[in-house]
Amino acid sequence: MTTTVQPTASRAAGGAGPLGTGSRFTRVLGIVVLVMVAFQLALALWWSPPELLQGQAVRLFYLHVPMAITGGYLAVGLLAVGSIGYLWKRTPFWDLLAASAGELALLFTGLTLLTGSLWGRPVWGTYWEWDPRLTLTAVLFLLLVGYRAMRNAITDPDVRARRSAVIGLLAAADVPLVRLSVDWWRGLHQTTTLNPLDPELDGLMLFTFFFSMVTFAALFLWLLVHRFRLAWLDEQVAAHGLQDAIAERRREAAPAPAAPSAAGEAPAPRVADPAVADAAGGAS
Amino acid sequence: MFRDAWLVAGKDLRIEARSKVVLNQIGPFSLVVLLLFAFALDPDRGFLQEATPGLFWIAVLLSTLVVIQRSYALEAVDAGRDALRLSGLDPAGVFLGKAGAAFVVLVVLEVGLVVGVRLMYGAPLRGWLLLLVAGTTATVGLVAAGTIYGALAAGLRVRETLLPLLFLPVVAPVMIGGTRAFGAALDGSSAEGWRWCGLLGTFAVAYLALGMLLFESLLEDS
Amino acid sequence: MNATAYVAIGYGLSAIALITYTWRVLTRGRRVSAEVPEERRRWM
Repeated sequence: MTTTVQPTASRAAGGAGPLGTGSRFTRVLGIVVLVMVAFQLALALWWSPPELLQGQAVRLFYLHVPMAITGGYLAVGLLAVGSIGYLWKRTPFWDLLAASAGELALLFTGLTLLTGSLWGRPVWGTYWEWDPRLTLTAVLFLLLVGYRAMRNAITDPDVRARRSAVIGLLAAADVPLVRLSVDWWRGLHQTTTLNPLDPELDGLMLFTFFFSMVTFAALFLWLLVHRFRLAWLDEQVAAHGLQDAIAERRREAAPAPAAPSAAGEAPAPRVADPAVADAAGGAS
Repeated sequence: MFRDAWLVAGKDLRIEARSKVVLNQIGPFSLVVLLLFAFALDPDRGFLQEATPGLFWIAVLLSTLVVIQRSYALEAVDAGRDALRLSGLDPAGVFLGKAGAAFVVLVVLEVGLVVGVRLMYGAPLRGWLLLLVAGTTATVGLVAAGTIYGALAAGLRVRETLLPLLFLPVVAPVMIGGTRAFGAALDGSSAEGWRWCGLLGTFAVAYLALGMLLFESLLEDS
Repeated sequence: MNATAYVAIGYGLSAIALITYTWRVLTRGRRVSAEVPEERRRWM
């Protein structure tokens, strides 16, 4: 730990905390999440019984449904909140929240599709079925891919934040419409799923189901905090890199008029700096 | 606002009337798409007639992409985008104007496509009222969404490749709704089709409202 | 393949994806935070 802290002298002098995106909160939450995941795996893979119709395949549901709900509802909801928040307040916080939630939504939605296909093969007999919910998830996945592609395509932070906020809001607004259309489209197509509110469902299965839900929500929160801080750091580096570059250009530009002056006379060239730099900037 | 929309739409349509890009390039392109479907599906087995509503709307979607790209290519030259921003026109009006011009252009293309599927695929055309209402609402939805996404992608170096990725998944409801409504009209089972018109109308209204609301943010940057 | 195999593949791939993603976020956070001065990392 101390060796990694060394490179920047200021931090060594300040005696500050470790590098990275962790804090006391995330460390505690991280440990809780790890314990919960271990317990969830034991419940889902070992303690809970196989289901009557689906057999062992039901165990994929303890993965699939929580990921679908955290990714499709929680993460996409936060993407919408962040996007609206940015358009309203215009502060980086909301933009970075939307960016982090959008990326996690993409990850979770992708895994939802994967586990859904793997569940469909033994239960439905096919990897893919044009089930309304599956179709909706696929469209949502593509919308999120587009959101990410948009963010990667723009380097200017302000333009990126503004356009991404519009895209995030539109993508979230599109979800209910897509949902309605695929429901009507495949209206007569009822497929086997698991209804957690089914009173016939075994008590332990029900508990496993809800525990998995809470586990994934906690995991999502933990990842979101880390991802948000990483996005914040990236933004700081980008902004600082620019500031450093500007400062360097000014230092380059400064000596020209002030060249004869002695090194000891520091304040004078510094006063002249902005005008020189502005002139240089206007010319380039 | 509507006066501004009228101005912008008039400008776009006047440019089109002089350059004839839609007439000479995009129209023929949409007919090429119809030709390709005939190559892909066996024309003798009735697949083309059965699939006509879907093929028609795919051709419309692809044409919409090209129309939207053209609509923003107009602004890309001679700093048209900056001029539009500095003109003091109401952003909602600019949005409605660009969408309106795209609507006119797309309707012309759709008429061409309807004639195309009638002649080339031998599709029997029935339920004219449903076709007209569904076609109009779907087109409004397409140009509204397309105008927003076109503005989002405008000015980026990767705009040509980014626009289809952003736009096509979003209009999935229009694709489904348009296809189902046209299918119902051609089958003569209109009741089913009117429900889809409701969905298409909802989509159109939602995206028109979002566009008028959000276009200001999109005109801010360059 | 029986259902158990699909369950194993599903859990295995999900675990790989989640662990890889977490690892990348944490290590990148470490690397990038070295370039940001102390006072701007407000959560510390």
